[in-house]
Amino acid sequence: MSHYRKKRAPIEPLSASNHNQAPVPLVGEDASTRATIGLDLMTYEQLEEFGKELDKVRQRVLDDLGQKDADYIRRVIKAQRVCDVVGRVGVFMPFFPPAFVGGIASLGISKILENMEIGHNVMHGQYDWMNDPVVDGKKYEWDNVAPAQDWKHGHNYIHHTYTNIHGMDRDIGYNLFRIDDEQPWYPSHRFNLPLASLLMLFFEWGVMYHGIELDEYLGGRMSKAEFTARKKRALQKVRRQVVKDYVAFPLASVALVPFTAWWVPLAVLGGNVAANIIRNVWTFIIIFCGHFPAEVETFTEEEAQNETRGQWYLRQLLGSANITGSKLFHVMSGNLSYQIEHHLFPDIPARRYPEVAKDVRRLVEKYNLHYNTGRLSKQIGSVARQLAALGKKPSDPYKVGNSPESKALRREKREAEKAAREALATAA
Amino acid sequence: MGIVRKALASRPIAALTSPHTIDHYLDQIHPMLVVQHVRARVVEVIHETGVASTVVLRPNGVWEGFAPGQHVEFGVEVDGKRRVRVFSVSSSARRKDGLFSVSVKAHPDGYVSQYLHHELAPGTLVHLSQAAGEFVLPETVPEDLLLLSGGSGITPVMSMLRTLRDDGHTGRVTFLHYARSREDEMFSAELDELAASYHSLRVIRVYTRVPERDAELTGRFDLVHLKHLDVDPTTTLTYVCGPAGLIASVRDAYDEIGAAAQLRQEYFKVPTVDLSAADATGTLTFDDSGIDAANSGATILEQAEKAGLTPDFGCRMGVCNTCAIKKNHGAVRHVISGEVTANTDETVKICVQVPVGDVNVAL
Repeated sequence: MSHYRKKRAPIEPLSASNHNQAPVPLVGEDASTRATIGLDLMTYEQLEEFGKELDKVRQRVLDDLGQKDADYIRRVIKAQRVCDVVGRVGVFMPFFPPAFVGGIASLGISKILENMEIGHNVMHGQYDWMNDPVVDGKKYEWDNVAPAQDWKHGHNYIHHTYTNIHGMDRDIGYNLFRIDDEQPWYPSHRFNLPLASLLMLFFEWGVMYHGIELDEYLGGRMSKAEFTARKKRALQKVRRQVVKDYVAFPLASVALVPFTAWWVPLAVLGGNVAANIIRNVWTFIIIFCGHFPAEVETFTEEEAQNETRGQWYLRQLLGSANITGSKLFHVMSGNLSYQIEHHLFPDIPARRYPEVAKDVRRLVEKYNLHYNTGRLSKQIGSVARQLAALGKKPSDPYKVGNSPESKALRREKREAEKAAREALATAA
Repeated sequence: MGIVRKALASRPIAALTSPHTIDHYLDQIHPMLVVQHVRARVVEVIHETGVASTVVLRPNGVWEGFAPGQHVEFGVEVDGKRRVRVFSVSSSARRKDGLFSVSVKAHPDGYVSQYLHHELAPGTLVHLSQAAGEFVLPETVPEDLLLLSGGSGITPVMSMLRTLRDDGHTGRVTFLHYARSREDEMFSAELDELAASYHSLRVIRVYTRVPERDAELTGRFDLVHLKHLDVDPTTTLTYVCGPAGLIASVRDAYDEIGAAAQLRQEYFKVPTVDLSAADATGTLTFDDSGIDAANSGATILEQAEKAGLTPDFGCRMGVCNTCAIKKNHGAVRHVISGEVTANTDETVKICVQVPVGDVNVAL
């Protein structure tokens, strides 16, 4: 076929490795300005090199994916299904307390595995390469009241792309807590700690509510149609989850009443509530420890505009925190205890994070960066201290959201933007 | 589908297993027990010629059977990755043992067909679809029938022939097959046997490259061949399956004499992929919206947007997976890694994939 004239595709091989293109909304109006992220730590050339080295690590893992990764996720799925069935059976035996308590624990573990090591990771597309519909990120729906579709938008796209950028990453404090010094303080932040404790118990409901993005709608950044669709999906998912855990299974246990006691269905209901709470508490802890410990860095939109791939990587590294622990601990946390590696490579199978962590550590040392890691107790303590400390009213009036000084500042900014728009309009 | 399967696939059970399905649990007990997915075990792999093989399968209870001439999606897992291809059923629809077979000619670059031929072992689990396709015999088979095939296009026709024989169909059946040589022909021995034992069937094979010494017919398809066989195309229902060239010449010939209404055709496409191609050639097909666009060499996402579609997207840098869709067939190159993948029915992130040659995506 050599006689055919071959037109070169406008794609250079490996062009995205030096793909110095920021995700679209982060491209600033002035394309000549460069993002300043990481300039206090390294030069542009070093950032470029850093990005390339991480791309190489990523590619090495991708090239190596195969049977063992498929076997692994299937083993986890098998363990989860067994825990699930054992848990459901145990919860059906409230007349025999050891089985009942064991059942609740088993069901809780099943839900944790399903949400974290399976659901979260599968929905990142980590196993899409297997081409197996059971682990297809597009199709997967998890055992959680938050519908997969909206969670994926908020998490995979918004949170993982604009990680820790104020005003863009909605996961900084979930619009509920003041977890970073750069966030303006409002009186509701006085309740940072008690509110967080409450959210811990009902975390899945918080995730669901967060995914509806009411604030985006009220702020005029989301159409009514989109908001209505989100509400509808959430209600549908809530209904299914509630029917299963709080109606169908208790109802099925009515069949046991003639042989046991009248309160068995109530106990089944209670068992299911308990299992969901176990999952809520655990996932809350792991997730809060991923980005909220002290020393985790946040960024402004201006810093990140026109960032390079290397800067994007660096932002992920500085904006996340790891938790050390045993192998079992990492599995139970969906390997989100390797939050840094997860943020660098969100779509490679999580079981590979320990392996890539070695390369990340090597680069961290090479460029003399900070790698935030610690025991679970240390990280929880750090998050709790942050919540407590940042909940107090700051003495600097510019850090108080509704102080006259902040209001004046915002007004000034609005007027400047308006003037710029008008100037642009008259120029055109 | 048995009553147990029906009960397991019912709504009350779905309410208990939500958001998963009962299959997610049955799968853990035994992969063949699932109630919503067609699966099969490989019973035997028969090597037909040097490069072709027949895979005999035992399907699970979800399989609804097939009409001769139909095809199935055939998925095998190799190194953790499921590879899906479409193959024609070649066995008789009247088989009593519940088995059926597909026959495949190994394509030199065909990963799955090569795997089938060289490595597939009895006992392997295969993921199937239900049989599909319009290339089937009518409810009542007419008294005069012409079956025409070329190369590996023989497989669906073979299923028709075997079924007609098992039905004891007494109408006249003419089977005209074109192959390069006898060595290259699938089912040679069985065709000899059929020709001898099935009296209303006439089997004529034309070897285009290595003709037999006393061959009745030679060369490529021509209306003269039909005339010689005493087949009147205007009144004979005709089925043709094979490479595009054969189908084109048959169709042209039938059009010319006004016999197009008698013709049923099935293309046997062997997707060719030039893995080293760095050029922007071919057509990008957006299957769901029925739009074709000349491949511009940009990412599929950009080309889709250019074509007026609005696919979901997020980061546009291959991180968030928002834009991942099914690529039905064709090869794509990852813009970051340069890696080319050419699997049928695989999920790709369209923001970082450019088409290499003809590509069909579910958009």
